[in-house]
Amino acid sequence: MSEKKGIQTVQRDVVVIGGGPAGLAAAIAVKEAGVDDVLLVERDRVLGGILNQCIHDGFGLHRFKEALSGPEYAARYIQSFREKKIDVMENAIVLSLTGDRVVEVSTRGKLQYIQAKAVILAMGCRERTRGAISIPGSRPSGVYTAGAAQNLMNLENIMVGKRVAILGSGDIGLIMARRMTLEGAKVESVFELLPYSSGLPRNIQQCLNDYDIPLFLSTTVTDIVGKGRLEGVKVAQVGEDRAPIASTERFVPCDTLLLSVGLIPENELTREAGVEMDPITGGAVVDDTFMTSVPGIFSCGNVLHVHDLVDWVSMESEQAGQHAAAYVKAGAKPAAAGAAKVSIKPGDGIRYTLPQSVSGGQDFILSMRVTAPWRDRTVVVRNGEKSIRKKMVRLHPAEMIRVKVGKEVASGGNAMEVSVE
Amino acid sequence: MSTTKELTCVVCPNGCTIAVELGADGKILVDAEGKPAIKGSVCKRGDEWAKQEVENPMRTIASSVPVSGGDSLMASVRTNRPIPLGKVMAVMAEVRGRTVTAPVAIGDVIIANPAGTDTDIIATRNVAKAS
Repeated sequence: MSEKKGIQTVQRDVVVIGGGPAGLAAAIAVKEAGVDDVLLVERDRVLGGILNQCIHDGFGLHRFKEALSGPEYAARYIQSFREKKIDVMENAIVLSLTGDRVVEVSTRGKLQYIQAKAVILAMGCRERTRGAISIPGSRPSGVYTAGAAQNLMNLENIMVGKRVAILGSGDIGLIMARRMTLEGAKVESVFELLPYSSGLPRNIQQCLNDYDIPLFLSTTVTDIVGKGRLEGVKVAQVGEDRAPIASTERFVPCDTLLLSVGLIPENELTREAGVEMDPITGGAVVDDTFMTSVPGIFSCGNVLHVHDLVDWVSMESEQAGQHAAAYVKAGAKPAAAGAAKVSIKPGDGIRYTLPQSVSGGQDFILSMRVTAPWRDRTVVVRNGEKSIRKKMVRLHPAEMIRVKVGKEVASGGNAMEVSVE
Repeated sequence: MSTTKELTCVVCPNGCTIAVELGADGKILVDAEGKPAIKGSVCKRGDEWAKQEVENPMRTIASSVPVSGGDSLMASVRTNRPIPLGKVMAVMAEVRGRTVTAPVAIGDVIIANPAGTDTDIIATRNVAKAS
């Protein structure tokens, strides 16, 4: 035990930052891999993260082969976490993280430093706000991010409005269109800047079509009108350059505007620790062990790249936990230390891949997103002469694609490329 | 005369586009071997869902009910089986007036047989008594 600024520093094998689906799965995997000294730090008073407010079903179809609600999915992991008696600090916030893995944690009445052998980043993501997309107009009440409205309705019993417009067709916005309709609100329309929806097709069907809520594509909000409370929004169609076409502008009366305009991985700590970032994902650059450019710092879940299914968050985080445990057991050295890394480059039609490089020593899951919607194409993973081809009936930017890559394809060469043909 | 109808399956996040061939009576056509004209689903559940969707669309719904005396203000709830889409609002009318008392455990029946749907509204969150 050492001292820093007169405050004690505690030694830990693994510290997991964040107690949502990623952090829970990672911490459990670390413990199961035989590393007992693991601590999870959670900002909220309860574990489970965003799942607690995602009360609709459809979670767990891959992981548990049944359709669960978010709270039920979380409860399964929380139960397993409790049974394994993993140390946890709730109501605790990480104030800083250094590149040599010193974690500064603040809880009520107490500040402490933890020197960790490995840190797993699992802080999740947050919503893009009105400010982030610069909608002009006045500043009345009644403008919410979709997730904030979801939190108020599902956890705090506060109905946020009666007559609703929604900007952005991301899944949270679609889910909230149905949720508010079920609670008696009138959802006027959903507006989407892009020429296609960014939500899952099933949510377009069961959240909009089922309740006759129109979706206007290539349309955006150009002005917010109201003093005190929102009175309505102006909307306009956009051209191919995504600029509003003035002649198409119209007024939509509403008392509430929900924004479902994207998620941003919450990586302040990651940047502070000097981790190399990927400008496309907004998360860390990692290898196939989910280790970042800083030795001993791992990243998984929505803080790494925004997922559409929690099942994949859990599976990815389990692997990150296993690799972090292996790193600690190997004396804080990467399992494939010294091995030349093969970089993976997104080619035609691919927006990003994850991981961004591999050691070539093991099979791994390559996650990716495409740049536009297509039908009947082939995703090709190429490493020199070797390749994997996966035929896809439907490709959509809103749906993450996962391809298993065997080590025989991943090894050798110095760059792999993924493209859509 | 037959018509092709495209459905978006809601069984899982795959969201398959399923094409069904409908006869003049609005029912799915069946070939000589008794196989229904359903194409595009990647799993069997999609075929069954498509059949149901043409006859009588079924959906699951979720909501939250206020809890008194609990360590959380609300308990989330859902239907334990799909209900007819046409009954969704009638079921919600019963859910909206409902409050429960802590403790609540996942799976507790909060409303039995809402709107005569022969399903249950069950809790999906554990809420302990406030300490």
